[in-house]
Amino acid sequence: MPPSIQALTHKYLRHNKRFPHVWCPGCGNGIVMGALLRAITRLELEKDEIVLASGIGCSGRMPTYLDFNTLHTTHGRALTFATGIKLANPALNVVAIMGDGDATAIGGNHLIHAARRNLNLTAIIINNSIYGMTGGQYSPTTPFGSTTTTSVYGHIEHAFSIAELTVTAGASFVARSTVYHAALADQLIEQAMMKPGFAVVEIISNCHVQYGRRNKIGNAVDMLASFKEQAVTVKRAATMEKEELRDKITIGVLADRDLPVSTDEYKRIREQARSKREEK
Amino acid sequence: MTEAKRKRCLLQGNEAIVQGALAARCRFFAGYPITPASEIAEQLSVRLPAVNGTFVQMEDEIASIGAVIGASLAGVKAMTATSGPGFSLMQENLGFACATEVPCVIVNVMRGGPSTGLPTGPAQGDVQMARWGTHGDHPIIVLAVSSVLDCFTITVKAFNLAERYRVPVIILSDEVVAHTRESVELPLNSEVKVVDRIAPAMPPDWYKPYQEDARGVPPMASFGDGYRHHVTGLVHDQDGFPTQNPQEVEKFHLRLSMKITKGLSDIQLTKKYYMDDAELFVVAYGSVARSAMRAVEEARQAGIKAGLLHLITLFPFPRRTLTPYLQQCHSVLVPELNLGQISREVQRVNQRQCAVVKLNRVDGKLITPHEIYNRLVKLDAGRVG
Repeated sequence: MPPSIQALTHKYLRHNKRFPHVWCPGCGNGIVMGALLRAITRLELEKDEIVLASGIGCSGRMPTYLDFNTLHTTHGRALTFATGIKLANPALNVVAIMGDGDATAIGGNHLIHAARRNLNLTAIIINNSIYGMTGGQYSPTTPFGSTTTTSVYGHIEHAFSIAELTVTAGASFVARSTVYHAALADQLIEQAMMKPGFAVVEIISNCHVQYGRRNKIGNAVDMLASFKEQAVTVKRAATMEKEELRDKITIGVLADRDLPVSTDEYKRIREQARSKREEK
Repeated sequence: MTEAKRKRCLLQGNEAIVQGALAARCRFFAGYPITPASEIAEQLSVRLPAVNGTFVQMEDEIASIGAVIGASLAGVKAMTATSGPGFSLMQENLGFACATEVPCVIVNVMRGGPSTGLPTGPAQGDVQMARWGTHGDHPIIVLAVSSVLDCFTITVKAFNLAERYRVPVIILSDEVVAHTRESVELPLNSEVKVVDRIAPAMPPDWYKPYQEDARGVPPMASFGDGYRHHVTGLVHDQDGFPTQNPQEVEKFHLRLSMKITKGLSDIQLTKKYYMDDAELFVVAYGSVARSAMRAVEEARQAGIKAGLLHLITLFPFPRRTLTPYLQQCHSVLVPELNLGQISREVQRVNQRQCAVVKLNRVDGKLITPHEIYNRLVKLDAGRVG
């Protein structure tokens, strides 16, 4: 039987942190946090082995609440700090948690290069298609035509697909879920954390306060219902036409491949450098 | 057993920085290639893996300092090296390292600016940026190197200060120092004094990551060694959690400043030449200090009572060292490869006791000993007349 919410809360939330948290009622961030904790529980990792690094934004506050080695970095840079931590101490299990603006706008360069570099890191990207904390401006994943505080006439730019972007950039493992599919989300995070190499889990989430309300989708429940409707599994998507997939969210594992992991490759470099020195 | 013997070697400044970093037990470098700092990255990419360290070339300078801070949080001494434009990009994360008290070393081999500037021309235009480039009030230590031997010893010193005070330390070099080759005798690793950060001694449950000790510097736990804690660039309380409580916010700022103030005598490094009986003197740093040294020697030979105060620590500015000489002398000459970034500090400290004279070059060329000498002669004559 999976552990109860209360058991997870007692085990992983920081009792000395002065709550409440910053998230709005109904925010998907809590679901993602729950999914992460269930995955970690199943993996039976020690708290000391885990480093959770975030950028800035609503998602950026998640590490504050959790009793791991936690780091709240500058906007867009979580993956760069995570890279330093992992390279300095490869024994640590490093997870970067980011929002869509964080990971793909200001941090877009770091995301593609982290994927290309293929260190053994896990990136969880909470994609709610908006800058929530700063008041609802458009992000690189805001859909064309949407209304935001900086696109009141309708958004004229086109959205990134985070998952497809990171597949192309060379990540070892890429998967997508929504916060409606909470059980799938924790399975995907578990797989990502076990996978050697750079692993990305994109989780489509709701910002009903900034996005749902303005775009007349409704409250948190309405947004979750819309994710349920839009979702199609990778298997089913393979049988569908491109046109049919236009407004759908493909969920499941999009890429899972074995590529050389640079954290491991660097061990070889060290051996080579040492033997060269000994020859001298 | 044969005793290890010091060897003489022909090195350029950038190579001596590499030697100094390794001697100080730096084991992590992340950087992005930029002239005239690239040799530091190139050499460390070869040498770090041999000592079980790590080199990584990142996608840009922002990523480089991010990785450096991450590595330091994981318990490894870390550095990066760059030049002006790259240093500009690093500013935000530099502020992060100040706020979170993460020891690290950033070398800025200055080149002409602003913008892409003069990639291979010497300049000292980043002095005030090193002090105030990132937003907000914050402590920082800025050191300047003027010779190849300096590059070694000051780099070791930079790591030691970073670890002792939990603060980023900036080394300002310039193109002349970086690429000039000199024959130097470096100390053996066993002769180099290396300072490490203080690890917490209390049980993990008792650890408060930002609780000050008598020096104002909290012990520092590394990620993975059992002291789970939170690190954030937000203003935080002594437990490391974000706070907006005015008392805690003020305490945060004051402690950051105070820890540096308490260490001033340890941090503020200067060298004095002919200062005891000087009637006029030169304040100089970096490659310009070399020209100034020669000029002062020539002035002495010509019977002028000139001296040189060679600054190694630029910030915190060594006010207490300078003040007595401003009272003793009638004039001070501040030659710089910028339009007067340290002369502002000298003027600030001076309080109109002594004539502060600038000598500036911003054409990508060195200030020669001759130029400084001529000004000293004029200053001396002006007083006599």
